[in-house]
Amino acid sequence: MDYLSQIIFGVVFLAALSFFIYNVRRIRNNIRLGKNINRSDHKKERWRVMFRVALGQSKMKARPLAGFLHLIVYVGFLVVNIELLEIVVDGLSGSERSLGHWLMRWNLGPVYDFLIATFEIFALLVLVACVLFLLRRNVAKIRRFHLSEMTRWPKSDANLILIFEIVLMAAFLLMDAADYSLYANSNGADAPGMYPVSALLHPLFAGSDVFTLQTISHVCWWIHIVGIFVFLNYIPFSKHFHIILAFPNTFFSNLWPKGRFTNMENVKKEVELMFDPNADPYATPAPAEEGTEPGSFGAKDVTDLTWKQLLDAYTCTECGRCSSECPANLTGKLLSPRKIMMDTRDRLEEVGRNKRKNGANHDDGKSLLHHHITKEELWACTSCNACTQACPVNIDPLSIIVDLRRYLVMEESQAPPELTVMFNNIENNGAPWAFPQADRFKWAEDD
Amino acid sequence: MPQEHYIAIMSEPIEVPTMAGLMAKGESPEILFWVGCAGSFDDRARKITKAIVRILHKAGLSYAVLGTEEMCSGDPAKRAGNEFLFQMQAMQNIQVMNGYNVKKIVTGCPHCFNTIKNEYPELGGSYEVVHHTQLINDLLRSGKIRVAGGSFKGKKITFHDPCYLGRGNDEYEAPREVLQKLDAGLVEMKRCRAKGLCCGAGGAQMFKEAEKGNKEVNIERTEDALEVKPDIIATGCPFCNTMMTDGIKNFGKEKETEVFDVAELIAQAGEL
Repeated sequence: MDYLSQIIFGVVFLAALSFFIYNVRRIRNNIRLGKNINRSDHKKERWRVMFRVALGQSKMKARPLAGFLHLIVYVGFLVVNIELLEIVVDGLSGSERSLGHWLMRWNLGPVYDFLIATFEIFALLVLVACVLFLLRRNVAKIRRFHLSEMTRWPKSDANLILIFEIVLMAAFLLMDAADYSLYANSNGADAPGMYPVSALLHPLFAGSDVFTLQTISHVCWWIHIVGIFVFLNYIPFSKHFHIILAFPNTFFSNLWPKGRFTNMENVKKEVELMFDPNADPYATPAPAEEGTEPGSFGAKDVTDLTWKQLLDAYTCTECGRCSSECPANLTGKLLSPRKIMMDTRDRLEEVGRNKRKNGANHDDGKSLLHHHITKEELWACTSCNACTQACPVNIDPLSIIVDLRRYLVMEESQAPPELTVMFNNIENNGAPWAFPQADRFKWAEDD
Repeated sequence: MPQEHYIAIMSEPIEVPTMAGLMAKGESPEILFWVGCAGSFDDRARKITKAIVRILHKAGLSYAVLGTEEMCSGDPAKRAGNEFLFQMQAMQNIQVMNGYNVKKIVTGCPHCFNTIKNEYPELGGSYEVVHHTQLINDLLRSGKIRVAGGSFKGKKITFHDPCYLGRGNDEYEAPREVLQKLDAGLVEMKRCRAKGLCCGAGGAQMFKEAEKGNKEVNIERTEDALEVKPDIIATGCPFCNTMMTDGIKNFGKEKETEVFDVAELIAQAGEL
């Protein structure tokens, strides 16, 4: 390699990193638009959940085939990316297989043999898994990949990610194969690495001369590394961002029993006042504290949600396990928990864009509730927690559904009429049905 | 003088003690039996309530009910988004229960169970709360009640997990352990435990028509149950009971498959 390619590599490398960091910060700022919630308690338990659920993929095994293929891609991704280290050093210094030569100098050639062999096997496994994933998505009729929220972009996004990975792995393997053929042709006993997959590909290059092989090796090297840089910068615009956010998202999981809903603090204040015999009903309300907005009850837009709920939205990789377990969705209702997460993310992107363009106080007159998520979806939920149970990265669509319901009921009085009757019954006679309180103990009279 | 409250246990009537009644006598029971609205008013659920009372009585536990002092726990209001109404209910119930110095609560309703156990503490009501299947399991284990089990021999029972007991509070085993004592064959539906399908009543759905769709949730769930051809569908929730019973009727399978609460099965087997 000459200096020109080193310079080009350096520039591409820096540009890729900078643009990635810029977009990660953009997403972080969007998440910070959420309301505060304390999720820094019980650190030990949080680390445990993260190790088990994100690193250990404990919830993926609920679907063994998809879980196994995913595990291959996940481990393969981590393993093959170790090779990135050598690629970056080679690219910047103009060397070839610098790690291999360096290890050989220290008589650690077998270590490099082991590494390259492992990379090659995993690259092949990842490639096969991705092809199978493509077939699952596009040929096998799996319901959750074809629900109504899976419009053109979400479908293309999923396919693009898989095609990216296939191309990256193919380029990596072809580069190795060309190198292997070069070494084999020159009887290079001092060549670094062991190439189990390339050895199989060797016959492909049987008649190629040194120049052709070098060209293939160089071109594939560039396709592989530039592909990785492009992919890196694609991720923040894609559902694939879960490969990063799965870790913080599981760390900040809800540690309470799933059945527990939050008690709203602002409601608690009001109710306590009502129950306080010493409270003066005619007192003027205390002046609001400096810098606090008069809060609304429940959530109308993404900025009314907590940062954890917004983190959930960016973590969602649209696998649809939630919706495929949702009783409402399974029986043809409009509700799809995955759509709740996708809508929240898309609306948050929109709000973030607006704020960057038009200033922090810009209001576009739209909201998550009504413009993205309809009443019909929200009222179909049975709060059964099948969605939160199914999510492999502990996303909680139910909490968003409930916060939106709270706004519908407490701010807009938009409960379905039958529920309003139920509310009135509870208020008037202490039961959801219109039975008098005095009859509550009648069950023990009629025997 | 209010009417006295007796239910029949075999031939002998038993009085159902109230917290107020015991307090008047200077006594305070160990356990409050929280009946819940369904258990108080719904004709079918009342039978479950009585079965629980028979078990409590047979085990010789010191218990009482709140009677007319009990109110809706607030669960349906909270799930429907009416946090004000929920907290009003909670505060009233907490005042009553704290007034009686309640320490431990058993209830036959997983919704009341979840709400009182998980959501009342922050509002000032901290109690040890158990679901009736958990209490029954303890009573069977410690030998305080015994079941013959003979009448269920050869019967096939499948258990439908209530969402707020199972996923909501991670209790899958207690009801199953209880059912195993019945000497019957316990069969699992394809969707069970953490993957159990909702009956369709939760989240205040019990009190409204379902949204437009192509099927009712309880029908989907009843199909799961009928697939394993059970003689009995066991539940641990009065609302699940209603939904599954309706589902069975929908398929005209009342003769082949009956729906019972775990408490009813134990009361029957123990000849209570």
